[in-house]
Amino acid sequence: MSNPNNTDREKLIVIGNGMVGHAFVEKLIEADGLARFDVTVFGEEPRAAYDRVHLSEYFSGRSAEDLALTTAEDYRREGIDLHLDDPVVEIDTDNREVVTRAGQRCGYDRLMLATGSYAFVPPIEGRDRDGCLVYRTIEDLDAIRAHAESGRRGVVVGGGLLGLEAANALKNLGLETHVVEFAPQLMPAQLDLAGGDMLRRQIEALDVQVHTGKATQLIDAGESHKLRMNFAEGDPLETDIVLFSAGIRPRDELARSSGIAVGERGGIVIDDQCRTSDPAIFAIGECALWNSQVFGLVGPGYAMADVAVKQLVGTDESAAFTGADMSTKLKLLGVEVGSIGDAHARTPGAQTYATINEPDATYKRLVVLDDKLIGAVLVGDTADYDTLLQYALNGLDLPEHPESLIAPAGDGAPALGPDALPETATICSCHNVTKGGIIEAIDGGCVNLADVKGVTKASTGCGGCAALLKSTVDSELGKRGMEVNTDICEHFPHTRAELYHLVRVEGIRSFGELLERHGRGHGCDICKPAAASIFASVWNEHVLEPMHQPLQDTNDTYLANMQKDGTYSIVPRVPAGEITAEKLIVLGNVAQKYGLYTKITGGQRIDLFGARKEQLPPIWEELIAAGFETGHAYGKSVRTVKSCVGSTWCRYGVQDSVGMAIHIENRYKGLRSPHKLKFAVSGCTRECAEAQSKDIGVIATENGWNLYVCGNGGMKPRHADLFATDLDDEQLIRYIDRVLMFYIKTADRLQRTSVWLENLEGGLDYLREVVIDDRLGIGAELEEQMQAVVDSYQCEWKSTLADPAKLKRFRSFVNSDAPDDNVLFVEERGQVRPATPEEKRERAGIETLAEEA
Amino acid sequence: MTVAERTETTWIDVCGLDDLVPHSGVAALVGKRQVALFLAPYAEPSVYAIGNWDPLGHANVLSRGIVGDLGGELVVASPLHKQHYRLTDGSCLEEDVNAGSYPVRIVDDRVQVGLSGS
Ligand code: SRM
Ligand SMILES: Cc1cc2nc3c(=O)[nH]c(=O)nc-3n(C[C@H](O)[C@H](O)[C@H](O)COP(=O)(O)OP(=O)(O)OC[C@H]3O[C@@H](n4cnc5c(N)ncnc54)[C@H](O)[C@@H]3O)c2cc1C
Ligand code: SF4
Ligand code: FES
Repeated sequence: MSNPNNTDREKLIVIGNGMVGHAFVEKLIEADGLARFDVTVFGEEPRAAYDRVHLSEYFSGRSAEDLALTTAEDYRREGIDLHLDDPVVEIDTDNREVVTRAGQRCGYDRLMLATGSYAFVPPIEGRDRDGCLVYRTIEDLDAIRAHAESGRRGVVVGGGLLGLEAANALKNLGLETHVVEFAPQLMPAQLDLAGGDMLRRQIEALDVQVHTGKATQLIDAGESHKLRMNFAEGDPLETDIVLFSAGIRPRDELARSSGIAVGERGGIVIDDQCRTSDPAIFAIGECALWNSQVFGLVGPGYAMADVAVKQLVGTDESAAFTGADMSTKLKLLGVEVGSIGDAHARTPGAQTYATINEPDATYKRLVVLDDKLIGAVLVGDTADYDTLLQYALNGLDLPEHPESLIAPAGDGAPALGPDALPETATICSCHNVTKGGIIEAIDGGCVNLADVKGVTKASTGCGGCAALLKSTVDSELGKRGMEVNTDICEHFPHTRAELYHLVRVEGIRSFGELLERHGRGHGCDICKPAAASIFASVWNEHVLEPMHQPLQDTNDTYLANMQKDGTYSIVPRVPAGEITAEKLIVLGNVAQKYGLYTKITGGQRIDLFGARKEQLPPIWEELIAAGFETGHAYGKSVRTVKSCVGSTWCRYGVQDSVGMAIHIENRYKGLRSPHKLKFAVSGCTRECAEAQSKDIGVIATENGWNLYVCGNGGMKPRHADLFATDLDDEQLIRYIDRVLMFYIKTADRLQRTSVWLENLEGGLDYLREVVIDDRLGIGAELEEQMQAVVDSYQCEWKSTLADPAKLKRFRSFVNSDAPDDNVLFVEERGQVRPATPEEKRERAGIETLAEEA
Repeated sequence: MTVAERTETTWIDVCGLDDLVPHSGVAALVGKRQVALFLAPYAEPSVYAIGNWDPLGHANVLSRGIVGDLGGELVVASPLHKQHYRLTDGSCLEEDVNAGSYPVRIVDDRVQVGLSGS
């Protein structure tokens, strides 16, 4: 990358490799800045930039690697010098040189400060004691975990956003959790008193004890616990961990000691171009002070990075940082909270509307000035957040009765559609993407949501804007006549989800009926298998019943997988991959008798290849006699549950993963779905069953099972998302029932769970709401529907063998039992394989079969 | 292709009408040839015969495809790679190939396939 012959090149040093520092580097690369600058980056932390916003997920299964935003290798590949674990300790602004802790010296033409902030620890006596911790870096979280292992109770000092997030983490680590807040309410920066109160009640209901209006004065050694906290008033509180979350302070010490201007209360002063008092030096992110404000969110930092790149590379000298919206929507400890603009109604002349609904534990408040919304508070229900935020950000005129915006669902004003928004409306505040930006992306060639996400990065930060982004993209595509036609095919003006609904609600059981009521023409190879799959998911009748058989894909028609030469492979079910010696011998004998090629599959079972269709029934006769069942390798249905050996044998296993895998496989075998379904169960976090690449993944914990959903191997791999932790057996099955049935109900045809989740409005959080919180009130119904499928299971091969009418289809010819003479094998590595066309041609007579009929 | 040549057609008795599967196909051996027979009860005529050989997939499989209509044409989709072949003349909708077709008639509930004399 670097070009030593080019003497015009300038040296650019970036101090800090956090979220914003890294975003700056990325944007610089994108703007072709490496053509002009030799870039060197110094980071204090031992690792390259990671996703601090999702830091808490480190406690719920994501590893440091999963959180990584980049790697040292990525930087090297771009030709950027990255020095980790070596902070800059001095800037010599006169000689334009920095000095690091390790003593490196490095000259610069331009310098970028992206040093972030640190967790503020109030000057309380005893704050240095062992067990006093903060919540900012991966190392901090490691320390918290280590202390939690030997402790029983944890106290968070600070009841703001981050404090409650930290409290959630302590609770998840199994500690009795307390929150101590100096102000008389929780989240004083965002909520008003009534909102804070409602939040407090909800959080206390979750077993987190809240102490407001309490000033900690001393942290001493404890008696029943490691530490004792003494307060200005009231009883002391003993604890094993004190987690400070009392706000953040900009890391401006380096700038300060180098003579760069800093604010009275901290922060490196920058102008609209992100320049500091030294014109060669810029500052961005949480360390920067703009217009007397620091911004503790990542979105404004990204916006600053953008401006700085444009200034440095010279692509747009009018680029300016103009402030940022600090509205937030969060789910804290499972309670939804939203705050927009002037939540405290401090603007003179502001008027408020509020509703308190104690039974539902919700509180909503609007702050209005001259027909415009300038602030809002939502606790317990943030469904209206998107709409309200758009009113506030874009200064839209409020409806005549503004209170209708926070009326109970159903009576409220219609949600603001994307069409009502001006082009300047911010859709994604994390990445500062406006509606105009989305339009530009679509005009530039994006034809779907994924493209728009890729180009604009919208919705790839906190994810809060997912629903609004989707409706905006849909509407814009629609306006260009690019509306993705969601009709399943020319025969039905419906999506698969709609057909599923019609079949279920109208009790439709045959394709003829479905076609007559809702379709036209005679059907095709798209809608027929889709309808067959829906009938199977809903009514679970045998797929070879005369009315269903013509609908099936070939594989289902013959209950086996067609190979390139028209023969079939046979995959008997081997639940969880556990198999007896006796059964292995049977498989060997059958393969030998019929001359089949055998192979261990990627799904922990054994595939027998090369059977002609007339051989399938006698082969299955033998397999069923030996206790095998069909493996559904041919269907869009449950395939395998992969398992590791687990606690029975493995010295690390903490649960019986094989037992659970067999239980799961036997429960869901035969279930038909929009696409195939794969599961795995691992006996401990070493994850030998690769559960995180499956549609449903289960990993044993000391206390039960962690459930992962919507992973995928295959063409577009996707890591499964951690859905719920430490479930007991019953909860685990209940959640899987619900997730699967909800998927079957709503997915498109041939859509794996991974793609389904990516397209599900509201994403993982929404899925959790539906499945765990039962927000749609359909939980019991989904379980019942699954139970009906489980109860009506039949081995499709066993039923077929008992029905001469069904067996008729397996004859080689309707008028002859001669075998297909185009099926020809040769030997390779001691087994058969299909002959190639050349090999066939070499044998007389074969070729003539392919002649023009 | 057979009609224009005015060659004599030999009708070969293949199977009973009730051996066909409504809305679907079966394979038949007519002489040495593999023929795919389809029954579309809603269409007129309702029985069709095309070659069983998939000229793109190189295997005898067309009788095992899904039958349907596309843009008003009766077709079968190859089970190997999903190309569509017209039941009326065996031509492929997607590629310039043909699976071949045969005249077929029903006499006293028996299905007969015609081979052009040669
Ligand atoms: C036999 C097997 C390969 C092997 O010799 O190991 C296999 C064979 C086929 N796979 Fe597979 N897959 C096999 C394991 C896998 C795995 C590994 C696993 O399950 O752990 C994967 C990746 C994991 C995943 O699905 O997330 C896999 C990803 C695929 C895909 C890509 C799916 C995707 O979402 O991208 C397809 C294509 C599709 O389904 O549309 C596919 C499709 C197929 C088909 C059905 C292709 C076809 O239409 O002919 C193959 C025919 C199966 C057959 O028996 O004739 N196969 N396939 C494996 C059977 C496992 C079993 O016991 O049932
Ligand atoms: C638990 C948690 C949850 C959060 N949730 C959200 C959220 O939901 N939404 C949101 O918008 N924001 C959230 N944030 C805030 C967000 O993480 C920050 O806004 C963002 O990380 C700021 O990026 P930055 O690059 O300015 O600072 P940082 O990410 O802190 O990076 C600064 C880096 O500079 C390094 N550094 C400092 N001094 C030096 C030096 N002298 N030499 C070399 N390196 C140095 C630091 O070690 C650090 O690695 C959250 C933060 C935390 C901790
Ligand atoms: S995942 Fe854990 S229990 Fe299972 S085999 Fe691997 S190490 Fe053993
Ligand atoms: S608002 Fe956070 S990702 Fe869009």
